[in-house]
Amino acid sequence: MILRLDDVTLGYDRHPAVHHLSGTFAPGRLTAVIGPNGAGKSTLLKGIKGLVPLLGGHIALSAAERARIAYLPQQAELEPGFPISVLDVVLLGHWRRTGAFGGIAPEARAAAAAALAAVGLPGFERRAIGSPSLGQRQRVLFARLMLEDGPVILLDEPFAAIDARTCDDLMTVVQHWGDEGRTVIAVLHDLDLVRRAFPFTLMLAREAVAWGPTETVLVPDNLERLRHSSAAWDESPVLCPRGRSDAV
Amino acid sequence: MLYDLLFAPFADFSFMRRALVACLALALGCAPVGMFLLLRRMSLLGDALSHSVLPGAAVGFLLGGLSLPAMGLGGFVAGLTVALLSGLVTRFTALREDANFAAFYLISLASGVMIVSAHGSNVDLMHVLFGSVLAVDDLSLLLVASIASVTLLGFALLYRPLVAECFDPGFLRAAGGGGAWVHLAFLVLVVLNLVAGFQALGTLMAVGMMMLPAAAARMWARGLWSLVAVAALIAFASGYAGLVLSFHFELPSGPAIVLVAGGVYLLSLLFGRVGGVLTRLIRPAHFEA
Repeated sequence: MILRLDDVTLGYDRHPAVHHLSGTFAPGRLTAVIGPNGAGKSTLLKGIKGLVPLLGGHIALSAAERARIAYLPQQAELEPGFPISVLDVVLLGHWRRTGAFGGIAPEARAAAAAALAAVGLPGFERRAIGSPSLGQRQRVLFARLMLEDGPVILLDEPFAAIDARTCDDLMTVVQHWGDEGRTVIAVLHDLDLVRRAFPFTLMLAREAVAWGPTETVLVPDNLERLRHSSAAWDESPVLCPRGRSDAV
Repeated sequence: MLYDLLFAPFADFSFMRRALVACLALALGCAPVGMFLLLRRMSLLGDALSHSVLPGAAVGFLLGGLSLPAMGLGGFVAGLTVALLSGLVTRFTALREDANFAAFYLISLASGVMIVSAHGSNVDLMHVLFGSVLAVDDLSLLLVASIASVTLLGFALLYRPLVAECFDPGFLRAAGGGGAWVHLAFLVLVVLNLVAGFQALGTLMAVGMMMLPAAAARMWARGLWSLVAVAALIAFASGYAGLVLSFHFELPSGPAIVLVAGGVYLLSLLFGRVGGVLTRLIRPAHFEA
């Protein structure tokens, strides 16, 4: 699935968080999205998934294609004390196929167990989701993402507050997704990790500062521009001259 | 002696048998409802909803007399109206759902008391507020049992979306939404069980069979369905013990049942093996790994 953004503006209450962004995420490409807090990184992922309204522009996605996109929100708003098993959480990954009421076949259970093994948690099926550590919980959510089987996978700060070993293990999973031809877009803060593992980078400060091969994006000039980008909230902004009237 | 104490009231009197069956049905329906209220951090919301059924129950009582179907239908409509209005106002204003529930249930409760005191007697009001499980007739029993059946079927059907909505609402939104419908369906089940509960316990304490067993069960079990099973067991045991106590000591049955459930809750706080006070104080030897 080719994910193309055409002059996309996303935001809340007419205030754009992402402004006039155009570009393409090709299949199998791993792209890191970097930028300061408030740069619109999370809003971009939510916009692609359809959770934030488009204020302007166009994302070339049908409803069916959008439904297939797998999305891991930032610090997933989980209720960790909820008394269900790790397996039940992973099985939610089959939702697109089972819906709210469909049964779960033995193969689906086997796939869930295999996904847990792949993220380094073999035999964790019956553990309560509340008992694993933060890193283990992130592994569980990655196992769920595997079952979602999305052609595009959106990860919002997937490695925040996670130890190095878990990060490495989960990066192996991410790289495998790329090898399988899946498009991965990950919001990240660790520039070393971006340089090491993500061939493409989108540098965002509400607008694209730079977008392309990582070695051409993470250059001193761009990083300097990023440092000076303003995240200030303007109380009385003027209307954007680039915004079409139907987008306001 | 033991037979006279524990079994004779039910063997000798049909109204006690009916009350016991009503308690069993209530326990089965209220346990999952109470557990999900607790897990969704809506324990007090259930209480607010239970008060809001009063005006409907009062209108049903004035029109149909002491008939659970009439009062139940009225209560169901009133409770659902409050739930829907709170949900709608939350969606379209900046106020949060708990604030709207508090506002609408107070309006509803006051209207109910006003209706009863304008058209009925204090005895009527006492009946609606405190109920009487000993006055359950066959039709009411059928209604309570039907509600329990619908509740169990409803939970079997709604299990996955309910779990997703409680555990990870963001996932449900990303998976295509439907969270609002799940929430509404759950509220319908809550109101249905409050309607079933108020004949036995009255509108003031209808949540007693839901929240106290659910809170106590949290101290004994870990998995979702074992929690529900333990809650149902505690609810039924409280119902039984409450009825026996009320029979022998001529106590009002509703408060007796709720107080027994409250006693179980307090004991569970002390002795419960999952986070009870004593298990926290006594530190057993730990394993090697």
